[in-house]
Amino acid sequence: MRFGVLRFPGTCDEVDAQLACERVGEATILWHGDTDLQGVDAIVVPGGFSYGDYLRVGAIARFAPIMESVIRFAREGGPVLGICNGFQVLCEAGLLPGALLPNKTLRFVCRQVDLVVEHADTVFTNACAEGERLSIPAKHTTGCWYAPRELYEQVEANGQVLLRYAPGENFNGSLGDVAGVRNEAGNVFGLMPHPEHAVDPLTGSVDGLKLFQSIANHVGAHV
Amino acid sequence: MSQRIRVLVRPKAGILDPQGQAVERALPALGFDGVANVHVGRLVELDVEDPSRVGEMCEKLLANPLIEDYEIVEA
Amino acid sequence: MSETATAPHRALGLTDAEYELIVDKLGREPNAVELSMFSLMWSEHCAYKHSKKLLGQLPTEGPYLLMGPGENAGAVDVGDGLAIAFKVESHNHPSAVEPFQGAATGVGGILRDVFAVGARPIAVLDSLRFGELDSARSRYLLEHAVGGIGHYGNSIGVPTIGGELYFEGPYEQNCLVNAMALGIAEADRLTRSAATGPGNALILFGALTGRDGIGGASVLASAELGEGDADKRPTVQIGDPFAEKKLMECSLELLDRELLVSLQDLGAAGLTSSSSEMASKGGLGLDIHVDRVPLREPGMEPFEIMVSESQERMLCVVEPARVDEVLAVCAKWETTATVIGEVTDSGRLRVLSGGDVVGDMPVEALVDDCPLYDLAPEKPSAPIYPTPARTLPPDTGARAILPALLGSWNVADRRPVFEQYDCLVQSRTVRRPDDADAAVLLLPAPADGGARPAIAVSIDGSGRRVACDPYRGTVEAVLECAANLACVGAEPLGLTNCLNFGNPEKPHIAWQLSESVRGMADACRALDVPVVGGNVSLYNEGPEGPIYPTPVVGMVGRLPDAARAGRLGFAVEGDAIAFAGPFAPALPGSELAKLRGEPLPDGLPEIDVASVRKAQEAVRDAVRRGELRSAHDVAEGGLAVALAECCLGGDHGARVDFRGAGSEGERLLETLFGEGAGGFVLSGPRPALAALAREIQLTFVGEVTGSDLVLTLDDEATLSWPLAELREARSRGLADAIG
Repeated sequence: MRFGVLRFPGTCDEVDAQLACERVGEATILWHGDTDLQGVDAIVVPGGFSYGDYLRVGAIARFAPIMESVIRFAREGGPVLGICNGFQVLCEAGLLPGALLPNKTLRFVCRQVDLVVEHADTVFTNACAEGERLSIPAKHTTGCWYAPRELYEQVEANGQVLLRYAPGENFNGSLGDVAGVRNEAGNVFGLMPHPEHAVDPLTGSVDGLKLFQSIANHVGAHV
Repeated sequence: MSQRIRVLVRPKAGILDPQGQAVERALPALGFDGVANVHVGRLVELDVEDPSRVGEMCEKLLANPLIEDYEIVEA
Repeated sequence: MSETATAPHRALGLTDAEYELIVDKLGREPNAVELSMFSLMWSEHCAYKHSKKLLGQLPTEGPYLLMGPGENAGAVDVGDGLAIAFKVESHNHPSAVEPFQGAATGVGGILRDVFAVGARPIAVLDSLRFGELDSARSRYLLEHAVGGIGHYGNSIGVPTIGGELYFEGPYEQNCLVNAMALGIAEADRLTRSAATGPGNALILFGALTGRDGIGGASVLASAELGEGDADKRPTVQIGDPFAEKKLMECSLELLDRELLVSLQDLGAAGLTSSSSEMASKGGLGLDIHVDRVPLREPGMEPFEIMVSESQERMLCVVEPARVDEVLAVCAKWETTATVIGEVTDSGRLRVLSGGDVVGDMPVEALVDDCPLYDLAPEKPSAPIYPTPARTLPPDTGARAILPALLGSWNVADRRPVFEQYDCLVQSRTVRRPDDADAAVLLLPAPADGGARPAIAVSIDGSGRRVACDPYRGTVEAVLECAANLACVGAEPLGLTNCLNFGNPEKPHIAWQLSESVRGMADACRALDVPVVGGNVSLYNEGPEGPIYPTPVVGMVGRLPDAARAGRLGFAVEGDAIAFAGPFAPALPGSELAKLRGEPLPDGLPEIDVASVRKAQEAVRDAVRRGELRSAHDVAEGGLAVALAECCLGGDHGARVDFRGAGSEGERLLETLFGEGAGGFVLSGPRPALAALAREIQLTFVGEVTGSDLVLTLDDEATLSWPLAELREARSRGLADAIG
């Protein structure tokens, strides 16, 4: 099973994402200027500061040539995981509902947070149990998830919120304590915390590995 | 013949605007009272040959219509 | 032109004697381009006029040393064919003017120094000193400097993994911002900066060149600028981490593909210093065509182009056959690149514009011939620094002192600061800020499949205590840095230093500087740790007086097994607690003395450096064997504060025996809160600690238990604090001040 991890100018956590993916499969870095997805089974849009966060976070990266292919891949049902800046890019690209606003404290915060798994029967959480708590670090300035009221109610009603900040852990002000949300079809998922930084016992919690394992499980079951 | 256009982008009414709030809190501390309803946005200035296309530019790139409003002004 | 106009050379900071020397070296009067270049190369910042002779005392040899002082960064061997390159630099004056950009560009500059030697940056640490936090200016500087460091480091994807932060009156007008960076490279591929090969091309790549940092050299402008032109000469350099990220990836790819002969970053004094240093190291010459330099502003004069400090630019030497490939790699990384000159064998640096020679100087004159000055040190006969203001009521007893110390600005929880930094990117961080006394980063797994090694790094400086005793205070700072490494199980491999002092032309500052360097040299020799490079920042003073003499030391060490990296928090109920090492606590010069408003003592107690070293090594080895549950160096606030930090760090209380020190009075306070080198608080299974007691001074003092810190004193008296109270005091200290 092979993951494709995107790299834009300014991306920072792509090698970290690649290392995490390689614990459950193989992983290739895909350059923003190319359009060939090289037959990968899943796409990861990683964290960082693509294009310096210029204009609006993720606003410029969404138009990269590679993103045209990713959008097509997603429309055809391919699994796409967006982490932090990746989540922002996917929202800008219209693949995920809502948008990310500046943290309510206006400051960058790097902190280990507890997340609660809301639904475990999904492409991205099948290796978890419903209600399970995952300890995963978050590090961002613009992570306050928002959607206009009607859209938000739809997202909740459809069970699209897969991960929520545990009580007291929501430092950025996200609506409904939403930490990670999927699209209606269920094949695209974005979250602000960084699961790729929770995969190695030498550097902290390994709870993040479950998300990558889930994707590998899904791909394996649908060969 | 290029025309100078100015696009003002601002957070939609009702959206959480922590930057606006921070500025609103800071002004009284500097001695400026009687200030309310502060919002912080973005200015984009451009020379365009076809001003009629600026709206499309805003919809596609310069603003995020989900969370922002924009205003096109001739500079 | 006014009748009383200052001679240009004086306006640029050159003495008359220096000017005469330049005339002599050139064989004629220098023109504007040449004068501006000499004024920079012969400035204190570039030439180290007042410090170079002193710095010669520092030991620069060691078994792990790969690259010593003189290159963009120093480097040490960390095994498995790998090297860690590192250096610390100051950006004090720009940060006092514009703290966000000053701190940001400080980080940018030190990162460039590291990737200029071919090492991928893997970590940043920062040492910050401001005035007391009850001043609006200090709060402003702190907030924006931290913001700038976070902005730059986070955006470029290099984790900020450690640092230190202090507040003292003498830094109010002259803050200190010292930034340290580390990078990893293959040991046999470290790059040097010497320009070689006459006929080779000189390529400038990175950002466009503007008028940043030209400042004082503007007196040389041939065009009279009017009033509205102040904004044309910005004194503040603006950093762009996105540009540097591209520049860094581009540089590393160029080096990886072996396309470059040499590489140099542009920092202070821009093209002037980079080009002359490249030429000097290679013993050659350079021709630079300023009309080929891509500009951000129209109509820049040759001297402006040579002197500009625009950020995010690098210079490289390339064989003619490889120029096209180099330009293609730069294009891929969206980085402007231009051939702006060539290496010659003339031994001269020539500046050309449109075919005309507008500057022509011998390289040696620029780089090597700046006069070096002897200091005239004289110990001050009266105190130079005001007594710190008292903040603790006179009869405050030990019970109230501990929370007061934990909440004081120099000791309180730094979480509000370090949470603004990404400490995780690059997946190497084994110990995050607050986990242990030093940061720990993974090295790649060795080929033989054995334990995964790691490096440890700490940055430690001292101001107030060096003011008390420049020699012993500096020795202490070096020892503390090594102690921090020992607590995680690391052996020191090398050290970088930044010397922050006042005006060295004043005898009492010259004395501080001389004594401090002597102390650093002796301490480094006693620990067998070489200096791999560093920086000097002088003239940090104003009408109110000089800063405390502040040597800052950054040390890198290695531990063979990352899984055994030490931690500082008590972890297991029932573990024994011990104090170890030749610790002799004293109150004069301590944090408690400062809070009580006591004057600085004249001198600090003698230190038994050999015993301290032995204790450090014994603790280090015990950590490596996995025998200790926790290890913490005793620093500000003495034993009681160290115990509190261990309790809070692991969320476990402790019961500790302090009998023999009385139940009240000065002797008790000295025992609890006195400071000095060589003290450790250790915890672990009793037999392990007993084994350590056979090697070094060690006293069993209690056990990890409950959720209070309880100290048993004489006469059945006890002092007791619920952890919640201590945690509250410690976490509110800074948070209240910076929000």
